[in-house]
Amino acid sequence: MISTLLRRDLGKFFPFAGGGAALPVVFFVAVAMLYPFAVGPDVNVLSRTGGGVVWIAALLAAILPLEKLVAQDIELGTFDQLKLRGVTEELMMAIRLLAHWLSFGPPLILATFPAAALLALDGPNLHLLLLGLLAGTPGLAAIGLMIAALTASLRAGAALSGLMLIPLALPILIFGAGALARQDPASLGFVAAISLLLVAIAPFAAGAAIRAAREV
Amino acid sequence: MQAQLSASNLACRRGDRLLFRGLSFELAPGEALHLTGANGTGKSTLIRTIAGLTTPFAGEIASDGVIGLLDERPALDPDMPLGKALSFWERVDGCTDPSNALSVLGLEPLLDVPVRYLSTGQRKRAGLAALLNRGVPVWLLDEPLSGLDTAAIDQVMALIAQHVSGGGIALIASHQALALEGLRTLAIEDFVVRERDEEEAE
Repeated sequence: MISTLLRRDLGKFFPFAGGGAALPVVFFVAVAMLYPFAVGPDVNVLSRTGGGVVWIAALLAAILPLEKLVAQDIELGTFDQLKLRGVTEELMMAIRLLAHWLSFGPPLILATFPAAALLALDGPNLHLLLLGLLAGTPGLAAIGLMIAALTASLRAGAALSGLMLIPLALPILIFGAGALARQDPASLGFVAAISLLLVAIAPFAAGAAIRAAREV
Repeated sequence: MQAQLSASNLACRRGDRLLFRGLSFELAPGEALHLTGANGTGKSTLIRTIAGLTTPFAGEIASDGVIGLLDERPALDPDMPLGKALSFWERVDGCTDPSNALSVLGLEPLLDVPVRYLSTGQRKRAGLAALLNRGVPVWLLDEPLSGLDTAAIDQVMALIAQHVSGGGIALIASHQALALEGLRTLAIEDFVVRERDEEEAE
């Protein structure tokens, strides 16, 4: 059952498996490509600020898949039919969280290599950036899932979810980008801790949200 | 296939509005109940409540036997070809031989067609195929005939008759007349809460 559900979710969200799902990665690389054009090709400026730009790009890229993440399956009745088959909403959301992260976390981490080259980031910076994204993207995915589930039944849900994600993702951004500024991997521990906490509560919060959406 | 489905003194609401109250019925194996009522009286809400998707405002529901639901949303991915979309549910349900349901409902020529290109009636038949493949004893059908042509209506009614005669239970919400032997009718209007009643109660 779990593998069947995960396969379906991955088929829906994984980049290049379905149309448009590659958008977050393309967006991410596009930001890294545009930044040197905007601030000029000064290697010092780029390598000092580039890491922060990559973090902002990752955060904004996390907003893009939210629109389709939960709302479509509520509309289609998929969650209702799974519920009738004895699958709890929490399990559905835990699987969706895993599929969501797999479809944007690792591709983003891979895309960090070309982005780092474009922004003249050196080895230590790239190292901190990769570790930070590895620790931070699960948290971003968890926030995204909770927001997508909460706003699924609202008409302007997609626009609202973008606005809601930004403040909630601030702690991850502060500690993740802060590790680059101080050249200190210790604060990435905070990022990982925040991520773990968010990942732990996300299936329950999102599950409760889709249950509540039925009662309207 | 032994099943049982009963509701006692059920009341449901939508938003702040009480739709109906005091609704009771009991279905034994091999029985079917036709739920009638105008639009907005709460047929779909009742079906969803019995399915366990929403909680009743008051009253109790008792069911013995796995419940299958067919409503206006067949839960098939619009971007996938019908065959692939149905096979997801076959895997979930552990159904190894879906060919019977597909041929009975005339879906075989449509398996390569993406679900979004299917008509309402074709989608309805596809949802029914998914329900058939589950092999569950209790069927909750919300407007199973809407969008179907006359040939398909006969087919679906034959399937329901076959299900019921095999000891299954069917609860059918429909505004169309249903040709089914031994079918009982429950008019939801009899339980609708009217403003006047409430004033009298006060």
